Amino acid sequence: MAQLKIEQGSTSHSAYNLRPSFSDVEERHTLAVLVENEPGVLARVIGLFSGRGYNIESLTVAEIDHTGHRSRITIVTTGTPQVIAQIKAQLGRIVPVHEVHDLTEEGRSVERELALFKVRGQGDKRVEALRLADIFRASVVDTTLESFVFEITGTPEKIDAFADLMRPLGLVEVARTGVAALSRGAA
Amino acid sequence: MDGQMTGAKMVVQALKDQGVDVVFGYPGGAVLPIYDEIHQQNDIHHVLVRHEQGAVHAAEGYARSTGKPGVAIVTSGPGATNAVTGLTDALMDSIPIIVISGQAPTFMIGTDAFQEADTVGITRPCTKHNWLIKDTDRLANTLHEAFHVAMSGRPGPVLVDIPKDVQFATGGYVQRTDMKTHYAPPTLGDAASIEQLVTAIETSERPVLYTGGGVINSGPEASRLLREFVAETNMPITSTLMGLGAYPASGERWLGMLGMHGLYEANMAMHGSDLMICLGARFDDRITGRVDAFSPGSTKAHIDIDPSSINKVIRADIPIVGDIAMVLAEVLRVWRERGSKTADHSAWLDQIAKWKAKNCLRYTDSKTTIKPQYALQRLEALTKDRDRYITTEVGQHQMWAAQFLGFEEPNRWMTSGGLGTMGYGFPASVGVQMAHPDSLVINVAGEASWLMNMQEMGTAVQYRLPVKQFILNNERLGMVRQWQELLHNSRYSQSWSEALPDFVKLAEAFGAKGILCKDPADLDDAIMEMLDYDGPVIFDCLVEKHENCFPMIPSGKPHNEMLIGEVATEQAIEAGGAVLV
Ligand SMILES: Cc1cc2nc3c(=O)[nH]c(=O)nc-3n(C[C@H](O)[C@H](O)[C@H](O)COP(=O)(O)OP(=O)(O)OC[C@H]3O[C@@H](n4cnc5c(N)ncnc54)[C@H](O)[C@@H]3O)c2cc1C
Ligand SMILES: Cc1ncc(C[n+]2csc(CCOP(=O)(O)OP(=O)(O)O)c2C)c(N)n1
Repeated sequence: MAQLKIEQGSTSHSAYNLRPSFSDVEERHTLAVLVENEPGVLARVIGLFSGRGYNIESLTVAEIDHTGHRSRITIVTTGTPQVIAQIKAQLGRIVPVHEVHDLTEEGRSVERELALFKVRGQGDKRVEALRLADIFRASVVDTTLESFVFEITGTPEKIDAFADLMRPLGLVEVARTGVAALSRGAA
Repeated sequence: MDGQMTGAKMVVQALKDQGVDVVFGYPGGAVLPIYDEIHQQNDIHHVLVRHEQGAVHAAEGYARSTGKPGVAIVTSGPGATNAVTGLTDALMDSIPIIVISGQAPTFMIGTDAFQEADTVGITRPCTKHNWLIKDTDRLANTLHEAFHVAMSGRPGPVLVDIPKDVQFATGGYVQRTDMKTHYAPPTLGDAASIEQLVTAIETSERPVLYTGGGVINSGPEASRLLREFVAETNMPITSTLMGLGAYPASGERWLGMLGMHGLYEANMAMHGSDLMICLGARFDDRITGRVDAFSPGSTKAHIDIDPSSINKVIRADIPIVGDIAMVLAEVLRVWRERGSKTADHSAWLDQIAKWKAKNCLRYTDSKTTIKPQYALQRLEALTKDRDRYITTEVGQHQMWAAQFLGFEEPNRWMTSGGLGTMGYGFPASVGVQMAHPDSLVINVAGEASWLMNMQEMGTAVQYRLPVKQFILNNERLGMVRQWQELLHNSRYSQSWSEALPDFVKLAEAFGAKGILCKDPADLDDAIMEMLDYDGPVIFDCLVEKHENCFPMIPSGKPHNEMLIGEVATEQAIEAGGAVLV
């Protein structure tokens, strides 16, 4: 048997002989949570995140099966691998939660978000906004002589990029839906 | 009894169908229809507590001492908010209880109606699940589901909020056996991990079993299998505060409790082990101390029914999600099938014997003052052969009780571990005594904690519950005082118990018996007098006022830097540790 070298008061075999602990690299994960569509279920999910100090980058929820009383909550969150695993386990504990899928871990997925942008401006700026909207395949859903409302769909990154470009051109208001996501492929 | 009935009747019917024989509660406007039904039957015994917090702790005591769910009924508004502490306590300690609360009628919800409170909102974070029932037709199924959720997987508290109009309206009753639910947490461990665990046990030279409340939650079969497992593998075993009794204190391999106030040998064994098997414990900070220095050289197996317990604090090398009894049965089966043998542990057991020889619980006794440790040693000596249940309050006395009382069976020890609720022990003792009318039930208390729910004396006297309130009276908020001594240079801010009542007169005022004892020479006789009295007793045991509870691992320190006995404690806790509780 390996000799024991642990004496009372000695620390040489404790703090300085550490096992590889949890990784502290932050990751971004998209979770799909299928829940019973009942009152309070969203409050339970949000309460879990705020109560335990987890991050929510984006959260969307809507009923997806009226007869089956199912809603789908899509959550984009960040955390270390250990925290992400905790979030999934904690979500799984909520009684009206049926399934928790980590789309980031389960393979490739598509993520889309819809956003509306109000851009105010005249002259060159107005023309430039319209030209950029065309490149981003954003459509004009409302027009006045000094403003546009654009509708754009895409990944959150694409929408962020569009916002960056519109800002100097007179961006005054943004509404975003948050992410909807599905795994790719037949499964 | 099928068919149509009022919501109020359904409550009583569902309780009967669930085999409930005792409920603890307090009436009010929003539950009057339910109380009217309770009045008209004899199967369910209702215990009128004196405060709703008492009802919930009593239900917890009932549940923990029987393995059955405990039930409490409270009215809306203040009744429900008074239940919050007990619900949180039960959530932290995984105690299955069902709280039924009244609510303003559905058509008045949201209007700041009389005694309206957002009870499901308030109790959402302190229940395993809760329901607001808006339709009498859904009530019976929900009540059955509430019992199911409270009892399955990791047990916990649930609450069913029933508006008054739902209690009056009629609806269809659903039998317990027809209950619909999708809630079915997994209980059987993964086979490959179990094989891996058995291999780890075969090769380990310094194994230790770290057991917890989950073994008690799992039921008597888990404790039985645990004993078999220890006998077969010869492994030393320690337990958290919550798991005491799963393995007998008189057992050969017993190390005593571990953790902040645990035994030296238990903590050193955890620190020095090469294989730690955690059974139904959750690596609480009272156990791990400094996380990065926690048992640095061991492979860690963690068996827990709740996936979120695993890898929450400490990384598990062999994680197994499952029920303790089921996993242990499987481990034993594989162990025997493979004809497994343990490696030679003798050097390890010798080392443990040396740690034991340190006698870490030693204290300086006195001929003139009762030392709290001495009082508990005498209580143990005079009661250990009886059919005994112990509850505690929170503080130094709780730790001393855990150190000095021995538990041979599970479900005999009721204490508030996770939340640390002062005021838990007395009402819990009421609940335990209701469940075990002929047994000896003792609440080991500190005077400050005991005062927090002392109104339950009325309940004890009314129902002739011979609960023994064994108060170690140091006239201090002892645990707070100890921390102030160690951390705040003995500046004892607000940690006195001033203007204490005369406990003997107090007992008499309630119609109970009071006993005062302050001389060590009188202690045995006084304890015998308490035991012989057939009724509730307040035992005011005046003890040393400045005794500290050792051993102690200061917050933020690793296990092998434990303080033992009356060592020089100055600067024992550094600034970093002081922010921890
Ligand atoms: C003043 C004070 C001092 C304290 N000092 C100490 C101390 O020195 N030492 C100490 O040990 N504690 C101490 N405690 C208690 C401590 O705070 C925790 O409550 C305790 O350590 C937790 O016990 P546990 O790990 O057994 O978990 P519990 O809270 O009992 O949790 C049970 C675990 O088992 C799991 N489980 C439940 N059912 C099952 C099942 N059927 N199958 C499998 N798993 C299951 C649950 O998911 C959970 O993870 C102290 C408390 C107070 C108030
Ligand atoms: C409801 C509640 N309030 C405050 C605390 C903090 N606290 C922990 S122990 C303690 C002192 C307990 O004093 P006593 O009951 O006399 O027991 P002793 O420590 O003296 O044995 C206090 C105030 C708590 N645990 N619970």
